[in-house]
Amino acid sequence: MRNDYYIEFTKEMKKEYTVLIPNMLPLHFELISHVMKTYGYQTELLDNQGPQIAQTGLKYVHNDTCYPAILVIGQFIDAIKSGKYDPHKVALIYFQTGGGCRASNYISLLRKALKKAGYGYVPVISFSFAGLEKHSGFKLSIPFVVKALIAIIYGDLLMSLENQCRPYEINAGESTALAHRFAYEISQKLSTLGVSNKPMKAQFLEVLDAFKAIPKHGEKKIQVGVVGEIYVKFSPLGNNHLVDFLVQEGAEVQMPGLLDFFLYTLYNSIVDHGVYASKRVIYPVIKIAWNYMSKKQRTMINIIQDHGEFEAPTLITHTISLAESFIGMSTKMGEGWLLPAEMLELYDKGVKNIVCTQPFGCLPNHICGKGMMKPLKDRHPDINIVAIDYDAGATQVNQENRIRLMLTAAKERG
Amino acid sequence: MYSLGIDLGSTTAKAVLVEDGKMIYSKYERHFSKVQEKILEMLSEVSRITGDSPVTAAISGSAGMGIAEATGIAFVQEVFATGEVVRALVPDTSCVIELGGEDAKIIFFDGGIDERMNGSCAGGTGAFIDQMAVLLDVSNDELDQLSLQHKRIYPIASRCGVFAKSDIQPLLNQGAQKSDIAASVYQAVVNQTIVGLARGTKIKGKVMFLGGPLFYSKGLQERFVQTLKLARNDAIFPEYARFAVALGAAFHARKHDPIASVHKIIQKIETAEAQTLDSTRPPLFSDEVDYLAFKERHSKDDVKRLDISAYSGDATLGIDCGSTTTKLVLLSDHDEILYTYYSSNKGSPVQIVKEQLEKIYALCSDRIRICGSTVTGYGEELIKSAFGIDYGLVETLAHYTAAKHFNPDVDFILDIGGQDIKCFRIRNGVIDSIMLNEACSSGCGSFLETFANAMGVTTEDFAQQALYAKNSIDLGSRCTVFMNSSVKQAQKEGATQADISAGLCISVVKNAIYKVIRAGSVDELGTSIVVQGGTFMNDAVLRAFELEMGTNVVRPSIAGLMGAYGAALHAKRSSASTLITENALASFTHDTKTTSCRGCANHCLLTLNRFDGGRVYVSGNQCSKGLGKETHENLLPNLHAYKRDKLSAFTPTQKGKLRIGLPLALGMYELLPLWYTVFDQLGFDVTVSDLSTRKTYRKGQFTIPSDTACYPAKIMHGHIVELIEKGCDAIFYPSLTYNIDERASDNHFNCPLVAYYSELLAKNMDELKNVEFLYPPLDINHQRQLAKGLYMSLLKIAPNIQLKAVKAAVKAGFVQYENHMADIRRAGDEAIAFARKYGKRIMILAGRPYHIDPEIGHGIDKLANSLGFVVLSEDSAAHLSQPQKVKVLNQWTYHARLYRCADYAAKHDDVSLVQLVSFGCGVDAITTDEVSEILEAAGKYYTQIKIDEITNLGAVKIRLRSLLGALEEMPTDMQSDPSSQQEELQDITLPLYAAERGETYA
Repeated sequence: MRNDYYIEFTKEMKKEYTVLIPNMLPLHFELISHVMKTYGYQTELLDNQGPQIAQTGLKYVHNDTCYPAILVIGQFIDAIKSGKYDPHKVALIYFQTGGGCRASNYISLLRKALKKAGYGYVPVISFSFAGLEKHSGFKLSIPFVVKALIAIIYGDLLMSLENQCRPYEINAGESTALAHRFAYEISQKLSTLGVSNKPMKAQFLEVLDAFKAIPKHGEKKIQVGVVGEIYVKFSPLGNNHLVDFLVQEGAEVQMPGLLDFFLYTLYNSIVDHGVYASKRVIYPVIKIAWNYMSKKQRTMINIIQDHGEFEAPTLITHTISLAESFIGMSTKMGEGWLLPAEMLELYDKGVKNIVCTQPFGCLPNHICGKGMMKPLKDRHPDINIVAIDYDAGATQVNQENRIRLMLTAAKERG
Repeated sequence: MYSLGIDLGSTTAKAVLVEDGKMIYSKYERHFSKVQEKILEMLSEVSRITGDSPVTAAISGSAGMGIAEATGIAFVQEVFATGEVVRALVPDTSCVIELGGEDAKIIFFDGGIDERMNGSCAGGTGAFIDQMAVLLDVSNDELDQLSLQHKRIYPIASRCGVFAKSDIQPLLNQGAQKSDIAASVYQAVVNQTIVGLARGTKIKGKVMFLGGPLFYSKGLQERFVQTLKLARNDAIFPEYARFAVALGAAFHARKHDPIASVHKIIQKIETAEAQTLDSTRPPLFSDEVDYLAFKERHSKDDVKRLDISAYSGDATLGIDCGSTTTKLVLLSDHDEILYTYYSSNKGSPVQIVKEQLEKIYALCSDRIRICGSTVTGYGEELIKSAFGIDYGLVETLAHYTAAKHFNPDVDFILDIGGQDIKCFRIRNGVIDSIMLNEACSSGCGSFLETFANAMGVTTEDFAQQALYAKNSIDLGSRCTVFMNSSVKQAQKEGATQADISAGLCISVVKNAIYKVIRAGSVDELGTSIVVQGGTFMNDAVLRAFELEMGTNVVRPSIAGLMGAYGAALHAKRSSASTLITENALASFTHDTKTTSCRGCANHCLLTLNRFDGGRVYVSGNQCSKGLGKETHENLLPNLHAYKRDKLSAFTPTQKGKLRIGLPLALGMYELLPLWYTVFDQLGFDVTVSDLSTRKTYRKGQFTIPSDTACYPAKIMHGHIVELIEKGCDAIFYPSLTYNIDERASDNHFNCPLVAYYSELLAKNMDELKNVEFLYPPLDINHQRQLAKGLYMSLLKIAPNIQLKAVKAAVKAGFVQYENHMADIRRAGDEAIAFARKYGKRIMILAGRPYHIDPEIGHGIDKLANSLGFVVLSEDSAAHLSQPQKVKVLNQWTYHARLYRCADYAAKHDDVSLVQLVSFGCGVDAITTDEVSEILEAAGKYYTQIKIDEITNLGAVKIRLRSLLGALEEMPTDMQSDPSSQQEELQDITLPLYAAERGETYA
């Protein structure tokens, strides 16, 4: 059964419309935005900020809906209302995972909100690997998908290096500027760069060397891991600029990348294959994708490790092995098993201080976030986790107070 | 060397001076938001001791961060400061519980320090106690004294202050003893601390209690000691309890470089730049001219008044006994106002009404005859039976009657009272939709009052301040508990009282518009808006509303009295009144007694109000059973009850084999027939946990890790404990990502909690280590696959089990499940046929399968029966309609049923749908909008009831009665004559529903 409520994004629209992209991960989405441009879309990554975004969201979305939906929808409508665009010539794009969490419904909520705000005619594109909707003007070809995934890998690299250099940089802002410079350069080259390993390795090394060359001081900083619900974990808009705050408080941030989340969804399909009879059909395709992507991750990790200067991400297979001893692997709504797995992974690396972010009232996080605090502490009594709720009504002072508490304990332990 | 510790909390300032490890100065005072002034005052006292000697200093506390930053004095996180004290003074402490103004903390010292503070949604702190004291009209000391005399504890929701308030209000209105309520308030704080903060970690060993509330209140101390079952020696209430954080800061200060002298510190604070607020909002009024024009415009909406001493003739009396205030209006026979009264209840509405009646009778003398009286509001029934009032009127209708009289064209009414926001739209002269605030945003008017009190000004002055505030703070439009911390943030940033007052007024308005009405623009409300309720007497609130909506509205001069005014108008239908006479009033007596009902397993706590002449009014009951009234309404078909009976039939087997326990919670409410049969067939003994009670919840509450999860999930912990107590060897609750595919939706997920709650239970309930807990992921849509998964899991407890046997058992289980569901559908059909035969209204009380649980559903089904509805459940009616195309992703099995039920209700005039929504259910944030759209597109009412631990049926009753009242006014209403139907009904027997009437009351 399908519903026919959405406005299709047609081939004609592709030529004339500007596709607006919400800003969830500044580096990654910048890359993806440029990839889309090479496929003939006129894209624009939204950069509107400020309290009016949440206010706009609250006005058009059920207030009990999760905070990410309120922000994403608020950011879109705020942008349309800004007068910067012709509302009749914009389309919106958002990701739809199709899991059992209510996040799958953001697209529907966005459409309802648009209608309520008087923009019911604005087409909304669902970017979904599960193929939940059809748009003649927006097709996910395999090369396009692969490039998007490669963009994610570069995004992860840049984000990780920026986080590793920023607390130590002598010239304030240098690491961030470098990361954004590369995001632009790489996105321009992505089509010619291709997806094969050799040019990727060259590009990786160029990036690694450039970050290595940033002048740094040697002062020791506390390492703090950031995990959580995907939107509030990554989006500065969602987490009140958490990374900035942590750096300012004298910490080095470790944030597992976006690729992990993608690999997590792929791996879920593999687990499903063992559990559900009806999930057998797509298994061969999934298996190919899984092999390809996990191999890519391995290659990337090897390059970083061989280079020797920076900490590399953890292999997904290792993350999985940590999760398997801890939580049921069919726990797959929201961040599911990945959330405790990332905390275990951080602990394994020696990052014992963790901020676990979640939207207030996040359903899967009752189980995979807050529900896993006690067993994590049972297993590792010296783990230092603070769970922070993000919400339109939660105040920064409370959040920062709680994070400071965690940091004080971290400093005390040394 | 002196060391100085300063603790600036949300409501109080504390300073201590330490010399050689001894506290030589200490001070604890409320700062009424004037943080800077208060601390300077204290420091000048300190400087008299220290003179020009150098000191070390540190600041702590949530309001201290700003000052620390501005002055460069060391800042220490407050929980950490507490740790310093413990380490220095009582090192063998294993746990510290500290309650502050708005913070609550637990610090565990065993096995590495583990510090926890209250999250963003948690009342139950000092501010909460203050609020409750105001509600009871006693000082904090009196509250404490009262609590020590308590005889019983009432269950009061402990999660947030607003809920607790809505639990306490009805108790007050029903005349419960203040002493019992006082102790119950403290107990709520204790429960909140344990559930919200300890989150599964046992509080044991030596426990130190810190903070102002725990220092001052012996009653609170007692509740903690008793609840935690602490030995006297293990409960430490130190002398420095109030200053612990400041003391810790002083200890901590010693690690920092000394400052030349206290004078220097004073200087630093004095010169600290007052932080400016970035706010772009214009003031509510630009100048006095602006304000006067506004006043002038609203003064036109007045009512004619007559001097009561100059009038003779007939009059009617209207009483609005609201949740926090009582209002009276006496009208002449030409609708002129003769007398009005408006006052806070002060916990005893009966006394107030009595005094007022005496006064009115004196004023009337023999010139005026009261020929009719009507009472409305929360205390309606109590006042009605106490004083022989002629009519009781549901408050929504009272308000509409008043507004209509005022402005016949009114198409939208918004009423913000002390605790409630009510609004209704009027279409074609009929109340078209009713919106009441849900438990979480209530308390708006009284919230302003509480805040004014906290700042040490009257409500009126506080409101006046707001008018010209330059930098009104932005507090958002969420629950008031959140606002407390927003105010805290604003104080930190140096906001003035006026800014805060203006910000609060704007928030009240935003709450109403965006949370209750959920309007996008003024066009959605109507063209002729009347606002009323006491809160709108505040000009700042009224102005904020007009500004936010961008339109002018009508505020009657009697905005606070509209309920009573409407009631008085309603009373005009009477010509001779049953109102208590002046003579009878002289001998009027009233006392209250509490007892628990033995009518059923619920054991409702009943309050017996006894009046002179043997009149009795009983409240607190969830059904009419305990009242000695067995009406035919109890016999109306009720599918919720029917389903409960069916599930209760799955009694424990006694084969003497390995015993498997099935917790009757969440998804088990639906799949019990399947799993019970499977395990029974496989030769196991099976035990099912009982229907929940309050006790069930309490049993498991200490292991709940996420207190914002929904109540149906949290109650699961209690069911597990119960099964272990019943001697189960294994417990089974599978992990089901997918629910049964009923081919009625895009996908067929379970919600994350129903799907994976077993993961959480396994990891958080240490009790489960003593039994085998089976929670395999299973494919419920494929019998062979299911059997395989189950087989693998069962090998753990039954190594010899055969796959073939499991397959057969699964097959039998599904037959049982299908029969079970088919029977529910059949019973649904029968109930509808019954309703149509006897001309009864049908209500689909739609939620989830587990909402039929008596503790989760709070007996709303029986309440609906008592109002004359035949009650169906979502799974007994969904089959009557086709799968629905909706605008959202229709991907949950349970929720798809809601859309089908809504469609059925939309197409049938005699069917109403009331949706039950558990608080915290994220999925229902999506479904509710869809269900209401389906209904409203067909011109039907949509009623939603949010349920939680809360046990107050009063608000639910208002909603259902308003619905009933509105239905009766519908042009399409059933043309039946109820009186003739009743007679018919008494003769029939209803074997199907007989189980409900079997029990008697004692």
